[in-house]
Amino acid sequence: MTGSPEDGARPANTAGRAPSGAGSGTDTVGGTLLQLRDIGKSFGPVSALSGVNLDIPAGQVTALVGDNGAGKSTLIKTIAGIWEPSEGHLIWQGRQVNFKNPRDATEAGIATVYQDLALCDNLDIVANMLLGHEVRRNLLLDEVSMEQTAKQTLADLRVVTVRNIRQLVGSLSGGQRQSVAVAKAVMLDAKLVIMDEPTAALGVTQTALVLGLIRRLSERGIAVLVVSHNLTDVFQVADRLAVLYLGRLVSVGPAADYDTASAVDLMTSGATQRTRDASANGLDDRTRTPDSRPEG
Amino acid sequence: MASTNPPPEPPGGVTTEHDEEGGSSKDAAAALPGASAELIAGSVGEYVRIWGKRIRSGESGALPVIIGLIVIILIFQVKSSLFLSAGNLVNLMTQAAFIITLGMAEVFVLLLGEIDLAAGFTAACGAVIALYLVAKGYPWWVAVLATLAATGAYGALQGFIITRLRLPSFVVTLAGFLGLSGVLLVLINATGSIGNGGVIRLESNVLNDIEGGWLSPAASWIVTIVLVALAGLMLYMRDRRRRVSGLVAPPLSITLLKIAVIAIAGVVVVLVGNTNRGTFLLAVRGLPWVVLVVIGVLVIYSTLLGRTRFGRYVYAIGGNAEAARRAGVATNRIRVLAFTLCGVTAGITGIIYSSYLGSISSGVNGGQNALNAVAAAVIGGTSLFGGRGKMMDALLGGLVVGVIANGLQLLGLSAATQLIWTALVLVAAVTVDALTRRGRATA
Repeated sequence: MTGSPEDGARPANTAGRAPSGAGSGTDTVGGTLLQLRDIGKSFGPVSALSGVNLDIPAGQVTALVGDNGAGKSTLIKTIAGIWEPSEGHLIWQGRQVNFKNPRDATEAGIATVYQDLALCDNLDIVANMLLGHEVRRNLLLDEVSMEQTAKQTLADLRVVTVRNIRQLVGSLSGGQRQSVAVAKAVMLDAKLVIMDEPTAALGVTQTALVLGLIRRLSERGIAVLVVSHNLTDVFQVADRLAVLYLGRLVSVGPAADYDTASAVDLMTSGATQRTRDASANGLDDRTRTPDSRPEG
Repeated sequence: MASTNPPPEPPGGVTTEHDEEGGSSKDAAAALPGASAELIAGSVGEYVRIWGKRIRSGESGALPVIIGLIVIILIFQVKSSLFLSAGNLVNLMTQAAFIITLGMAEVFVLLLGEIDLAAGFTAACGAVIALYLVAKGYPWWVAVLATLAATGAYGALQGFIITRLRLPSFVVTLAGFLGLSGVLLVLINATGSIGNGGVIRLESNVLNDIEGGWLSPAASWIVTIVLVALAGLMLYMRDRRRRVSGLVAPPLSITLLKIAVIAIAGVVVVLVGNTNRGTFLLAVRGLPWVVLVVIGVLVIYSTLLGRTRFGRYVYAIGGNAEAARRAGVATNRIRVLAFTLCGVTAGITGIIYSSYLGSISSGVNGGQNALNAVAAAVIGGTSLFGGRGKMMDALLGGLVVGVIANGLQLLGLSAATQLIWTALVLVAAVTVDALTRRGRATA
């Protein structure tokens, strides 16, 4: 919490320590799947997001962090097509797109796993995974081929804790439910999977299960955007970090360039004076290292 | 009611994955209650053992209602030796038929977490249409089709109001209940001389025979054998396809066991139906037609709910409407369709009901019929909160309601006593359901 008021008030692209150039999270290695350009979203007079520029590369896990009200949910809902941005635009696989509703985004290959998971407890795993995409044979549901598809997808993701894919989702543990929700997204050939607080309310074992799953998604070349409060989990799994503060993207860069302290600073004040080295050397967080000050 | 095709096991089918070992043993243990028994079992003994375990953990399925039904039947048999006589059992089938079909109508909407309080009067108004048309000289099938179209349209209207205007089904169908009880009087008056004195007689031999006619004993056997053979074949082929596809399938012994149960049930029903229930002079033997009608409706609706997209979406909406919506399900259309089918089934009920009475009158207690139908579905195990239930529940629950009414009548007890006993059984059924579910939650 060392950020001085003027730091927080600075424009997004200058505030904070910027490992790869703050606000210009556009220089990424590998294929960029989704580019956000000057995305802004206001609800009446309230501006929830403004000037967000973010690139989401394929095959990497991007973690979107920020305090409550920072605009994380607004941002992912904008990507998922629930809300159209008030300003700016999305570039999906090199082409400018305009998602009018969630279905547009899903068809483009963006799957969102919401915090509430959107599973039907009264249906089994196979039925949940194929909901809305049932396979039919002579007008009747082809349970055998659906079960094979679901089984294959779970095996690909190495989801091994589920013993019986015909058990009701209501009888699953939190981590297993999360796995089913993710597998459902993967089955729709998603290229980008957005996960909202995937490890909230999970125990240690279950969290490890879900984090492993996220890693396997990126190994398969799928881009993952994880929204999380839990920095421990974020640092375990993320390749890149994007920090939102009061609706602005204050910092983007490889996760390795951050540590918990600097991330917390960015999340809570939009700026940090700490460097990873300083913290690592045991220097007190109050220590200001001049060169970590952003260039205005 | 035997030779019922096994209602296609709804989503909770079969299988496990022996090949996917791993994971903490705690997860595996937690996973067990939801698992289907046939799966892990390699033999009949094991199957029974796992089945027992599941019942203890709250997955009792149809067991409580079947046990309840047996207990009630035994009580009545002790009180009156006539209860289990062939004549009375056939009576029971004809008496329970309209509660069962109206219960099936309610299952469609109960699965969505909705209710249709107007179904009893939808049925009555449908019956007026059918009886008016046959009295006018139209063929019986024209009358039936017109009735089902009218009641289906009314169901669609209710569904439309409920989904588009987002009004609670309780209120909309309560209004329907009041409105249709008035419409019933208007309709009967409008038929003029046909409905003289508020009663329209059923002037069609075919429709009268639904409740009042029966197959010959030989035909009863043939039809039942064919139905059992078909059901057995389908069951066998389905399990075989799972085996061929390399999915875990129940052992052959269990498939055969199921087929045997269906066959035994079929044989029992035919034996009852074919026992002479007439007098010395006039022998009466054979299954009432209504048994076939009810089984036919049950098989079609069970297939619809258990094996089609529509059915899957009905369960999905009842379980988590938001999840269904996000998965791209046209939730409003499915809801309207479910209400339409509820209306159509109410129309079928109206025809069976008027066939049972031989007429339809302005004095029909449509409100109580609808509530009895809801009670039947709930006693059978269908949840009032949506997402859980089967067509078979309406049959089992309808039999319970029918047995109570029949048995108490046989004992010469009043209508008041019947109502009170039905109420107690309903409360008992809901209690058993709640307790087993609590058991499941803590298991």
